[in-house]
Formats: sequence, structure tokens, C-alpha cells
Amino acid sequence: MYVAVKGGAKAIEASHALLDQARRGDPATPELSLAQISGQLTLAVDRVMAEGSLYDRELAALAVKQARGDLVEAIFLLRAYRTTLPRLAESLPVDTDKMRPIRRISAAYKDLPGGQMLGPTFDYTHRLLDFALAAEGKRKTVEPAADAPQTDCPRALDILDREGLIEQVAEDDASPPDLTRDPLQFPAERALRLQNLARGDEGFLLALGYSTQRGYSSTHPFAGEIRIGDVDVEIVPEELGFAVCIGDVRVTECEMINQFQGSREKPAQFTRGYGLVFGEGERKAMAMALVDRSLRAGELGEERTSPAQDEEFVLSHADNVEASGFVQHLKLPHYVDFQSELNLIRRIRADQTREAAE
Amino acid sequence: MTVSVPDPATAGDPATAARQRWMRVLAKAMPGELAAACAALGQMPRAAFVRPPETGLALLRGRIGGRGAPFNFGEATVTRCVVRLEGDAAGPMGFGYVMGRDKNRAEQAAMLDALLQRGNEGAARQIDKLEAAQAARIAAQAARAATSKVDFFTLVRE
Repeated sequence: MYVAVKGGAKAIEASHALLDQARRGDPATPELSLAQISGQLTLAVDRVMAEGSLYDRELAALAVKQARGDLVEAIFLLRAYRTTLPRLAESLPVDTDKMRPIRRISAAYKDLPGGQMLGPTFDYTHRLLDFALAAEGKRKTVEPAADAPQTDCPRALDILDREGLIEQVAEDDASPPDLTRDPLQFPAERALRLQNLARGDEGFLLALGYSTQRGYSSTHPFAGEIRIGDVDVEIVPEELGFAVCIGDVRVTECEMINQFQGSREKPAQFTRGYGLVFGEGERKAMAMALVDRSLRAGELGEERTSPAQDEEFVLSHADNVEASGFVQHLKLPHYVDFQSELNLIRRIRADQTREAAE
Repeated sequence: MTVSVPDPATAGDPATAARQRWMRVLAKAMPGELAAACAALGQMPRAAFVRPPETGLALLRGRIGGRGAPFNFGEATVTRCVVRLEGDAAGPMGFGYVMGRDKNRAEQAAMLDALLQRGNEGAARQIDKLEAAQAARIAAQAARAATSKVDFFTLVRE
């Protein structure tokens, strides 16, 4: 049992002041603006939006600043803020077929219809520290390509789909369950699992995805297609009765092609894993797609032997706000708790000493 | 909770399509652009709030595998506002729905929606201008991205 303590108000106040000072750093150095954070630490802001589960660049940048760059703390701040707002609308499902991509690659098809576009990736950098960045100065600018850009980009997996070599995506318009309204329950359907994974901790999902590659429930994945770009958001306001576009969001989508399945009734075909996250979050989207696929073990008749296939284990521990809260609550005063344990162990010792003497 | 679906009675109707177009353009306009569009129209008519600007959340959905069953993948801030032009009790209500928390943008979008429903030509010209600016931004982004296009065919002699 946790017993609260009182007092310490003055110390807490002083601690807040120290936090303010530590956040600001050397006053001789100019203070960071939100525009600098959202414009130059873009991927930190993207991660905070994705796991904070709230698309708002400015708020995420503020959270990063307030949290002194501690992204898990920033995610917590964003989650806390979201609880103060009413839910005004639900969007129609975003149409990633109509994404305006800035990056699009496939590890399965080199001759992807519409072409592959690397975009702003770390992939082909040498991972050598660039000391030119340590000095302020002119940067490279990109001259737009002269030829008319391709806007249509059919999905890589459509190639397999047309030949019937991959499982069909089940069309369905049922209203999905919502984790933010109803507590997580098991077994969880795929839509609920994906909502959990979309806001789950990148590090946790990365490790689980990695575990599947190392043989803990291998699903033999190929990155069928990864695309990053902007999609329109549409809602249908009740008063209007028609779809209204309210803006766009940048998202990363990953479609994994996984090991095939077949039976006497069904010819062999590849299976799918899916990832979709806010912002530019390729590693997260890939990890999500790997874990989505491994969690489908039951549905696909695979034996569940590994952590990444155990939905209760994965979904219950993916949320870093919950995880960080529970781990860090250990810092709070547990004096009464601890005293009772201390008394217990002393009594046991005393009993043992007495018994030994008798 | 049910999925909101468009009313089939209005879907595809040209007046609705025209309104959907300008509402999309207004929602995607940069804050400065929207203010400039309003300023270009000169003295705005007086209007009353049917619903003052309010910020809340929109639950965003995706589809499993891109085309399958819907799932919720996060939320976004959205601000809405509804106005009615003064002295026009029977006139149309203007709706502003914009992502983010900018109440001015929602109000400006609602005002322009009301004016456009009344057939205001100046406002219609502003929509064309805003739409052209948005198309140019999209084309520029696509053209920059296209510089990193890889043609793996050129690496293989076939």
C-alpha cells in the first residue's frame, strides 16, 4: 500500500526554479525558439507527435523544449495536454494511395512503377561526424528537377496482389475500437493492436522487431514499400453531411511482405505486416510492421513461442508513458511501506535467532 | 461510436463539390495567406458567431494495409468556428474547420465560407489565388523530391 507524505513545498518550489535554470542553460547562449526546434529538430518533434499520439508540430516542439530534450518526458506532456481537449471529430480513413511522397523505396522491386525516390534519408551517409555543421554557414540547396514529377505512385504490393501472390486486404468499414476511450482488453483485434503500436515506444518495438529477425518467431520480412509524404485529412461534420478537408499530415507508411502460407485449400501466398506513424518515422514504421505481423500468429495458425507473438505482453508494455510512470513512481516516498518491510525482516531475524538459541 | 460517412444526398452534387473545394483550400492556406486574403476583400461584413472558435481533437484513422479495415492511429488538434453574416438571419452559415489551434484562421475560414456561399466574387478570386499557391508548393516539393529518384535500370544491362 502506498501512503502519501506531506510537506516539502519549499523544496519543491526551489526544485522548479533549478529546473528552469537548467533548461535555459548558459544565458550567454541564445535561447531556442519553437520554430528552431520544429524546423531543425524535425525528427525529435515527429517522434513526440507519434508517441504522444497528437499531431501538432508547435505543441510537440514546446514539449521538447520544456522537457529539456527528454523525448519520453515530452511525449508525456503532450499526452497530458490532449486530455484537456474535447473530441470534435473523427476523420475518414486517410488515403495513403494519394500520398504526396517525399520518399518512396522498395527492397523487393527495383523497377517500382512510379520509381524509387530516396528523399532526405540518412541511409547513404557515411555516419562520419560532419564538422562543417559545427560552424554556422551556407548549406546545400536543392534545385528542383526539371522533368515533370510523377504524382501517381501505385503500391508495390499491388504487383503481387494482381497475381494473387499475397493475401488480400479485407475491405471493411466497421468503426474501429478506440484505446483512448475503452481500456485494452484481450484478445485484441488487429485494429486495436495497430492503434497501440502506432503510439507505442519506438525503442521497445524496435527491440521486438529485431527479436523476430533474430529467430524469435521469424516471419522472413521484406520491406515491400516504405513511403513518407503528406496525406489529406477529411472529416464529415454532422451539420454539413459531406466530407471536408481540414488540412494534411505528414506520415510514414511501411508495408512488409512476409513469409508465405499455404494449405490444401489455399495456394501458397505472402502475408502482410503494416506500419503507419505520424511524421518521418521510418524505423518506427518498420518496427511496427514487423510486430504487427508477428502478433498475427494466432490468426495465421502459427505456434506462439516468442515474446513478439504474445499480444498481452507486447500491448501491455508498449506505452512509454505508462511504463515510465510505473518505473519512476518508485522514486516517490515509500517510507511507510519500507518501514513495514524493515520491521518484518527484523522480526524474522529475531525469530530465527531465538529458534537457534532454543 | 459510428463512423461518420458522407450523406449520399449531397455527395457528388456540384454545389457541394464547389464548397468542398474552397473549404479544402481555406483549411490548407498558411496563416499569413488567409489573413491577406481577408484583407484583400476590404471591409468585411459584420458577423455573429453561431459557434465561437473552439479547439479540440480530431481522431485520425488509417486503413490496415492501406486499404483495409479502419484503425485509429492518433489525434490532431483542430479548431472550428461557425458564423452568420449580420442582417442575414435566413442566410447561409459559414463553417471554418482547420487543423491546429489558430482561432483566427478558423474564424477567417468561416467568414470566407459564408461570403462564398453568397457568391462573393472577390472571395472566389482569393480562393483561386490560394489554390494556385498551394499547387505551386506541392509541385515544388515534388520537384525537389524527384531529384533523388533512383533508376535502378541504369545499373543493370538488360
